[in-house]
Amino acid sequence: MHGLSEKEYETILKRLGRQPTEVELGLFALNWSEHCSYKSSKRFLKLLPTAGKRVLQGPGENAGVVEVANDWCVAFKVESHNHPSAVEPFHGAATGVGGIIRDILSMGARPIALLDSLRFGEQSRQLFTGVVAGIAHYGNCVGIPTVGGDIYFEEAYTDNCLVNVMCVGLLKRSELKRAIAQGVGNRILLVGARTGRDGIHGATFASEDLIGETAKKRPNVQVGDPFTAKSLIEATLEVCQFPELIGLQDLGAGGLSTAPAEMAARGGVGIAIDIEEIPLREESMTPYEILLSESQERMVLCVKSGSEQKFIRVYRKWGLEAAVIGEVIAERVYRVRHEGRTIAEVPIELLVGGVPEVDSFPSPPSLALSRPNPLAPFPLGEGSGERSWPASLKKLLQTPTIGSKRWVWEQYDHTVQTNTVIGPGSHDAAVLRVKGERFGIAVTMGGNGRYCQIDPYEGGIRAVCEGVHNLVSVGAEPLGITDCLNFANPTDPEVLWAFEQTIKGMAEAARAFELPFVSGNVSFYNQSEQRKIYPTPMVGMVGFVRDIEKRVPMGFAREGDRIYLVGKLEGKSGGSEYLKVFYNFGGGELEPTDLAVERALLQAMLALAERGLLRSAHDVSEGGLLVALAEKSIASGLGAQLELWDLSEETLFGEWPSRFVVTVAPGNEDALKEFVEGAGVPYRWLGVVGGDSLEMSGEKIAVQELVRAYESALRGIIAREP
Amino acid sequence: MRAAVVVFPGSNCDHDTYYVLNDLLGIETDLVWYRQTDVDRYDLIVLPGGFAYGDYLRAGAIARFAPVVQALGEYIAKQRGIVLGICNGFQILTEAGLLPGALTKNISQRFICKTVQLRVENNATPLTHLFEYGQIINLPIAHGEGRYIAPAETLERLKRNRQILLTYHGENPNGSVDAIAAIMDETGTVFGMMPHPERNSERLFGSGDGLKIFQALIRELASSEPSNLRTF
Repeated sequence: MHGLSEKEYETILKRLGRQPTEVELGLFALNWSEHCSYKSSKRFLKLLPTAGKRVLQGPGENAGVVEVANDWCVAFKVESHNHPSAVEPFHGAATGVGGIIRDILSMGARPIALLDSLRFGEQSRQLFTGVVAGIAHYGNCVGIPTVGGDIYFEEAYTDNCLVNVMCVGLLKRSELKRAIAQGVGNRILLVGARTGRDGIHGATFASEDLIGETAKKRPNVQVGDPFTAKSLIEATLEVCQFPELIGLQDLGAGGLSTAPAEMAARGGVGIAIDIEEIPLREESMTPYEILLSESQERMVLCVKSGSEQKFIRVYRKWGLEAAVIGEVIAERVYRVRHEGRTIAEVPIELLVGGVPEVDSFPSPPSLALSRPNPLAPFPLGEGSGERSWPASLKKLLQTPTIGSKRWVWEQYDHTVQTNTVIGPGSHDAAVLRVKGERFGIAVTMGGNGRYCQIDPYEGGIRAVCEGVHNLVSVGAEPLGITDCLNFANPTDPEVLWAFEQTIKGMAEAARAFELPFVSGNVSFYNQSEQRKIYPTPMVGMVGFVRDIEKRVPMGFAREGDRIYLVGKLEGKSGGSEYLKVFYNFGGGELEPTDLAVERALLQAMLALAERGLLRSAHDVSEGGLLVALAEKSIASGLGAQLELWDLSEETLFGEWPSRFVVTVAPGNEDALKEFVEGAGVPYRWLGVVGGDSLEMSGEKIAVQELVRAYESALRGIIAREP
Repeated sequence: MRAAVVVFPGSNCDHDTYYVLNDLLGIETDLVWYRQTDVDRYDLIVLPGGFAYGDYLRAGAIARFAPVVQALGEYIAKQRGIVLGICNGFQILTEAGLLPGALTKNISQRFICKTVQLRVENNATPLTHLFEYGQIINLPIAHGEGRYIAPAETLERLKRNRQILLTYHGENPNGSVDAIAAIMDETGTVFGMMPHPERNSERLFGSGDGLKIFQALIRELASSEPSNLRTF
C-alpha cells in the first residue's frame, strides 16, 4: 500500500539502520512518490535551460518568477490534476485549480490569472462537463479570472483526461517569498482549513496507472472549498507584509508529510512538529492519517519566534484556523511527536531527494511512428461538393478541437479583477493590464499531443514555438516558460524515450529563443489497460507587452487592409486536423521546424508590432492556413478576397510550423516587406480584407455561416448534457 | 464625500470597485470590514460582487446576517445616503429584504460571464441620470444566480413606481422576469444591479458605460441632500 519499490525499501533500511515505523513508511511513500520526487524524470529535466537575465526564481520553489518591468514580477506555474479528475471530475478539477493558486501565493504574489489546458476523449461528455463545472466552481468563487487555455478531444485521452492548470501571480520584486524554514526556535504554523481524512495518499495515487482498483480510488480525491481559499489568499497576502515571516509553502500533494520537510531542506535545518496541535476536522484520526491527509486550503508558515500571535490574529479575522504546530530545530531531521513521544524521525536529506533515481533506459519504439501523408496535392473542387474548400473549411471549424469553446469560457469569470484587456476566445493569447502601468502581461498555454505522438522531438519543439507564436501574435515578447509533461507509465522504455525526446525538443527550441523554464510539473502513469495518452507537453508562457495600447488584435481590422502570410510558405502536413477529419488518419510526416527561421520570424513580428504596423496577426496552427483566415473573419465579422497561389489541400489545410497571417493598412505594404525581408523571412500576399464573406477562386462562404459552424462545434458533446 | 466598499469574507470585486471610486474618480473610499456597524459617515455604500460566505446555502443567505448589513436598515431608514448592491451585493440586499424580489439560479443552470446589452428603463434616478431614456448600454455580467423573480404584485408595483432601471436588451441571459437587470427601492436610495459597472469603467474595457453609473451617483450626492434623493 505504500507503493515503495524493494530497492527503495532497502535504501531506507540501510540509511536509517533500522526498521522504519509505520508513520515513517508513510512519510517515505509520499516524499519518494514519483509525483513529489521526480525520480524518473529528474535526469531528463536537467536538459531544460533555466537561466536568463530576467529570472528571479527558477525551478525548485513553488513557482518560477521573472521580472517584467518597473520592479514588477510575475510568478507562474502549471500543474496537473489528471488522475483525480478522471475519477471525480468536478472535485478533481476544482482542487487542481486550488492547488496551483496556493503555489503562486507561496511566492508572495497575488494570483491574477488562471489558464486551463484540457484533453478529453471524443465521447467524454461527463468528464468534460464535470471538469468545466469544477473549474468554474472554484475559479469563479476565488475571484481569479480564467483567461485562457485550450481543449482537445482525441481518443487517446478517453481513459485519462488531462486537466492542467496554470496560475499567474503579480508581485513587486521586494515582495518575493520562498518556501523555506530557517532560524532554530522559529515557529511552524499551520494555517487555513482544518485537517480531515480526504486525499490520504493522493500523491501515491497519482503515481500509478489508472486501472482496475486504482480507478475506484475516489476517496483519494480531495474536496475543495473555494470560499476558504479566497479567505486564505487575502489573509496570506496580509501576513506577507510582516517582516517576521521567514517562509511559506502550500500543502499540496503529501500534505504535512512533505511540505515541512521540503522547507527544512531548503533552509538546511530540521523541523519538529507535534501532531496533537493540528486542528482536526474529524475526531479520532490517527497520526498517520493526519500526516498524510491532503485536505485542501492549508499552508505552512515559518515565522519568527514570538511573532506567532500576530499571524494567528490575521487568520482568525478571516475565519480561518491557525496553530503553532512545531518549531525549527538544528538537527537536520523531520521529527514527528505525538503526545510527547517521537513517532517518526527521518534525516531531511534522506526524505527529500534521497530517493534512488529510477535508472530504466529509454528506447525508441520498434514501429516507426511517422508514415507518409496520404494527401496527394490534387486540386479541390473536383468531384463531390464535400471537397470544395468552403465545405471542407466549414467541417473543420465544426470540429470540437478547432471550433469555438464559448460554452466553456463563458462559464468562467474572465473579467474579475478588471485587468483582462484580451480575454478568452478571440485571440492567440490573453493580455492583462497592470493597474497604473503602461505595459501589459500576455499569457498563453497549450500543447499538441498528436505532433508528439508522431515525433516527440519535433512535437517538443513545436510546443514551445506555439507558445512563442501565441504571445507574438498579440505583440508580446516572451519572457519565460512553465511546462507540464503528461505521459504514460515511465517504466515503459518507449514512454521514457518519448519523454526524453520531447524534453530535448523543448530544450532546443527554448535555447533558440533564449527562454528559460522557470517552473514545471510532470504527470506520469496516464494510461489504462486499453490505452496510453499521447505524449503531451503543455507549455505555459508569459510575455511582455511594452505598451498595452500597441497590443495586436487577431481579427481582420478594417476593409481594404492587406493580408500577408509571413514565414514558412510550404511544408508537410502530417499530424493535421484535416488528415484526421477527412482521412481518419492521425499520423503523417511532420515538417521539421527550422529554429533559425523561427528566431527571425519572432524578431520581425515584434518589430512590426512595436512600430504599430500590424493591423492584425494570428499564428497558423491547427486547421492550417484557411482555418487561420476564417478565424480572423469570425473574430471581427469582416470577410476577405483571397488570392492563394495554390489550392491544394496541403496548402489550405496543412499544419506546418513557423507561419503567421498578418494584415497591414494599405500603403504600409512596403514597410512590411522591408522588415520581413530584412529579417530574411519569406512572405506572400494573400488578399484584401473586405465584404461579408471569404472569397477565393470563384467560390465563397459568408462569414455568418463560418460563425454558425464555429459556434456549433461543441454542440455534439454538450447536447447530450442531461 | 466618502464612500464605503464593504468587504465580506468571499467578496471578490471589492478591490475592483474600490479602484474605480478611489483611483479613477478620486472619491475618498474605505474598504469596510463586514463586522463594522458604524456606517453613518459614508454617503455611498457599495456591496460589491463576489461569493460572500461562499454563497453557501444560497447567494447572500448568510451575508444578510452580517453586522454591516444589519446596520444598513437604519442607514436607509434615515435616508443617510445611497446603497448600491452589485451582483452578489444585489443578492444580499434582496435576501436582507432591503430590495424586493429574489435572485435565483440562471435558467441555464450555469454561470455566465459575458458583456450584455441593457436598456435604460428609467433615466430619472440617481443611478441612471447620465443616460438617455431607452439608451442601450453595455456592461459585463458574471453570475450563476442572477435570474430575478418577484411575485406579480411586486412586479406591478416596481413598474408603477418606475423602479425597474435596466433590462436586458436582445438576449435575456439568465431568464429574469421581464428581463430585469437593475432595480431600486421605493425610497430611491437603495439600488441593486446584476451587471458589473466597475468592469466597464475604462476605455480599455469598452464603452466606459459603467463609469457613468458611478459618476451619476457621485453627482447626485454632490448636488443634493440625501433626503431629497427621491426622484420619481
